[in-house]
Amino acid sequence: MIELRRVNKWFGGRQVLKDVSLTVARGERVVVCGPSGAGKSTMIRCINRLEEHQQGEIFVDGIELTGDVKQIEAIRREVGMVFQHFNLFPHLTVLDNLTLAPIWVRRMPRREAEDLAMLYLERVRIPEQAGKYPSQLSGGEQQRVAIARALCMKPQIMLFDEPTSALDPEMIKEVLDVMVELAQSGMTMICVTHEMGFAREVADLMVFMDQGEVIETAPPDRFFTAPRNERTRLFLGRILRQ
Amino acid sequence: MVPADQRAPASPPKRQVAPWNDERVRSLAFQSLTLALVVGLLAYLALNAADNLSRQGIATGFGFLGREASFAITTALIPYSPADTYARALLVGLLNTLLVAGLGLVLATLLGLALGLARLSANWLLGRLALVYVEIMRNTPLVLQLFLWWDLLRLSTPPPREAWKPLPGVYISLRGVFFPVPVYDPLYLWMGAALALGVAAAALLGVWGRRRQARTGRALRLGLPGLALILLPPAIVFFAGGAPHLLDVPHPTRFDFSGGRSITPEFAALLAGLVAYTAAFIGEILRGSILSVRSGQSEAAAALGLTRGQALRLIVLPQAIRVAIPPLTSEYLNLAKNSSLAVAIGFPELFSVTNTVANQTGQAIEAMAIVCATYLAISLSISLLMNLYNRSMAPVER
Repeated sequence: MIELRRVNKWFGGRQVLKDVSLTVARGERVVVCGPSGAGKSTMIRCINRLEEHQQGEIFVDGIELTGDVKQIEAIRREVGMVFQHFNLFPHLTVLDNLTLAPIWVRRMPRREAEDLAMLYLERVRIPEQAGKYPSQLSGGEQQRVAIARALCMKPQIMLFDEPTSALDPEMIKEVLDVMVELAQSGMTMICVTHEMGFAREVADLMVFMDQGEVIETAPPDRFFTAPRNERTRLFLGRILRQ
Repeated sequence: MVPADQRAPASPPKRQVAPWNDERVRSLAFQSLTLALVVGLLAYLALNAADNLSRQGIATGFGFLGREASFAITTALIPYSPADTYARALLVGLLNTLLVAGLGLVLATLLGLALGLARLSANWLLGRLALVYVEIMRNTPLVLQLFLWWDLLRLSTPPPREAWKPLPGVYISLRGVFFPVPVYDPLYLWMGAALALGVAAAALLGVWGRRRQARTGRALRLGLPGLALILLPPAIVFFAGGAPHLLDVPHPTRFDFSGGRSITPEFAALLAGLVAYTAAFIGEILRGSILSVRSGQSEAAAALGLTRGQALRLIVLPQAIRVAIPPLTSEYLNLAKNSSLAVAIGFPELFSVTNTVANQTGQAIEAMAIVCATYLAISLSISLLMNLYNRSMAPVER
């Protein structure tokens, strides 16, 4: 479904991705963790070309990511993304946030798009907020709207870029619950997160990155109980002690 | 403040303060003094002016407005001759100001948007060209630019006798562009009505198209049918009415042209100058307000599969315009007021006409008071409209 082959990327003279390779099968759920500056966000942002990689190959659903604008748009239609800071459109109501892309990108009739939007708002359990503006919602509600917005495009793959890092502690659970449900429905997911409880519950594969490199990939039971690499052990020791 | 008699009895007795040390007495004294000085100065100036005017035998008041102007105006949107009154001359000037300001606002906004987007574009050459343009325009005086445009227009066009004739009846020379206009015919009123009907029909078609899109999801290409709906009715009326084709064609005289209508080099220079100058500022305002929209917004739009154009139109510009409205308003006000610089190149807008009127009648104070009040009215109208627009665009908060 997604394949990264020896991907390299530099910001100026600083190398942020070093020979990153990763394969994600359909329906697989991958959790990426690692210290800040490890290149986790950069890597998943390369998958829908919010960042451009400079060496190596990335295939999404059999299509190679190149400079071809049409192919990039085609891939973005199939890949949903949820951001750390929600990035809802503040000038549109919740409902309009959800229907925008189906109407303009999928050319869906407005009424059909609205029905679809209400369906997903119910799935994230905030149908009553449809007429409000994003600034009128709590952080947790905004992030759930953002998830519903991505789902309205009926993507094959969902990317989560630290979806709970900007939330107050009491709102993290409501967002994670929605993500767990999504994982159980069989969605292909890549999540950058430090929520290790969530990772244990849903991940098929754990990926540990540090300084632009993939240090270790392992299924969660082995990853948490018997990490092979010293750096993974150090990192897990730091975040699990809390 | 709590009145003294309601204070708690335990409060200490009020200490006696000398009046010149009392804060309230002091502030009252200073304010009275300032007011007296201002009123005194104004009264002195007014009395002096009245005294001087009466010594020169000039009656004060607005009676002069009804007298014959006896000077010609080169560009007039309404019929005007030197035999008309000063009031009508001022009206001609006002209409010219409104024409140049109105056209200027629209054109400067369009050029400004293009400049702002060019400076933001990934195309290095385009961005640099726009930067050079903006810096030159912003950093040279507008009066200078107006002279430059005017000289450019006059030096690059031939004298009337060698005028270019790009089309029959059209003459381009240093006197301006002369072109034929249809002679008035009652049928034109009916054509206007037919045009209004066509526009209404096209609007209905648009509404129908949007409803259909909402129902079926298919966007119809209604541009051409809509255009046909607008243009066909007046055309049918025109031909059914016998196609009146009497034209008022300009014809060359010894040093000039007579008949037809014309765009004078002064008007063209003023419009070009105001637009080119103001657009540089508007471009920077729009660029800044587009940059003020957080990058996450266009990233989210891109991640949803929207094209860059859609992201700009649906997500970035609606948010940028809110930031841009207040500084844009002051740019529009500047453009309207800067149109008075036409006095330098001799385009007869409100201020130049007023200048002539003041020179001829000697009633500079009254004439300038009229101009001030008029510019104030124009500026306040622009502000009012922009404030209304601003309110309609205001973001919804909790």
